[in-house]
Amino acid sequence: MESSRRSFLKIAGISALGLGAKPVLDVLASSGENGEKVKPETMKGKDALTAKRWGLVIDTRKLQSEEDLKPMIEVCDKIHNIPDFENKNHEIKWIWTEEFHHIFPTQGHEFLDEEVENLSFLTLCNHCEKPACVRVCPTKATFKREDGIVLMDFHRCIGCRFCMAACPYGSRSFNFRDPRPFIKEQNPEFPTRSKGVVEKCNFCAERLAVGKLPACVEVSNGVLTFGDLDDPESEVRKVLRNNYTIRRKPALGAGPSVFYII
Amino acid sequence: MTNNKKMYDKGMVIVGLCIFVVVITFPFWFNLGNAAPAPEPKLTGKAAEDGQQCVESKEYMKTEHMQILNEWRDTVVRDAKRTYVNNNGKKFNMSLTNTCLDCHTEKAEFCDKCHNYASVSPYCWECHIDPKEAK
Repeated sequence: MESSRRSFLKIAGISALGLGAKPVLDVLASSGENGEKVKPETMKGKDALTAKRWGLVIDTRKLQSEEDLKPMIEVCDKIHNIPDFENKNHEIKWIWTEEFHHIFPTQGHEFLDEEVENLSFLTLCNHCEKPACVRVCPTKATFKREDGIVLMDFHRCIGCRFCMAACPYGSRSFNFRDPRPFIKEQNPEFPTRSKGVVEKCNFCAERLAVGKLPACVEVSNGVLTFGDLDDPESEVRKVLRNNYTIRRKPALGAGPSVFYII
Repeated sequence: MTNNKKMYDKGMVIVGLCIFVVVITFPFWFNLGNAAPAPEPKLTGKAAEDGQQCVESKEYMKTEHMQILNEWRDTVVRDAKRTYVNNNGKKFNMSLTNTCLDCHTEKAEFCDKCHNYASVSPYCWECHIDPKEAK
């Protein structure tokens, strides 16, 4: 039989299509059954603490020096596997201290009480009501949870650092290097981070899930009060009702959930 | 057109084609019958004890553990739900280090063996800690 190049190509093309279609059809036919086999349930733990909007009040009147803040910072560093880089440019901060003029740049003046001016203030992620970091994140790696906690999904962070540029409080740090060798003592119960992701305070979401208060609150001897801002009967609301409190950079409208009694 | 069917350099072309086919299929016939056998993951610690049941059946875990881990990751981080209830009503804390590795104590024998064989390198361990390797 005389066959032209044209008819040979036609037959070859159709054969290839037929051979290629078989595996695709097989996969489509089988995908239904596997998915139906297991229908498990997921739920919150029975001890989990829940709230509409978690908040924190820092009573700076109870603090005399930076020494008083050390236990709170140390316990956080320890349980969250926070590395200690010698190079200040690589520093990872979840909770740390700043002076008055740095954290309240618009609220100071030249006749400020010297004691307040020289005091070290505790600062951490504000878990804002309208978090700028969440708006700018291109991968939704950082997001606001139903209970108001602004959380990081390290699995999705691509390290673009938009969130660091957006955060007006400097609450975010970037892992310029692999942090593992710089962690003094690893806590196996909490993951470390990898090189190239941004991290910050998570309001101890992993502790709230098992019914514990944030670690810094637990060791604060009453300096920190943690609770549901949405519940008028909660401890934080009582403290907020009875004291005059300020927040960091109020004019920006981010709505921090961390309050300071000066 | 019909009489123009002469093939130029017929001998050279056919010999060349044969050599080409032999060379291109070399890895297949050279390694024929030499394939390394698939390793069996070794059960250690609690997982090796009698009557122990994993989160789901062995067959399901064999083929779907990566999907389960992905779902666990998303529900824990995104939905703040950390308890997994399987079809038998048994509850588990959805945690790679604290639940999976609690029974499967030897990561090298249980995870790495097959992953190395299949040449997959999941990035779980860049962050999640194997308590054995922790310092």
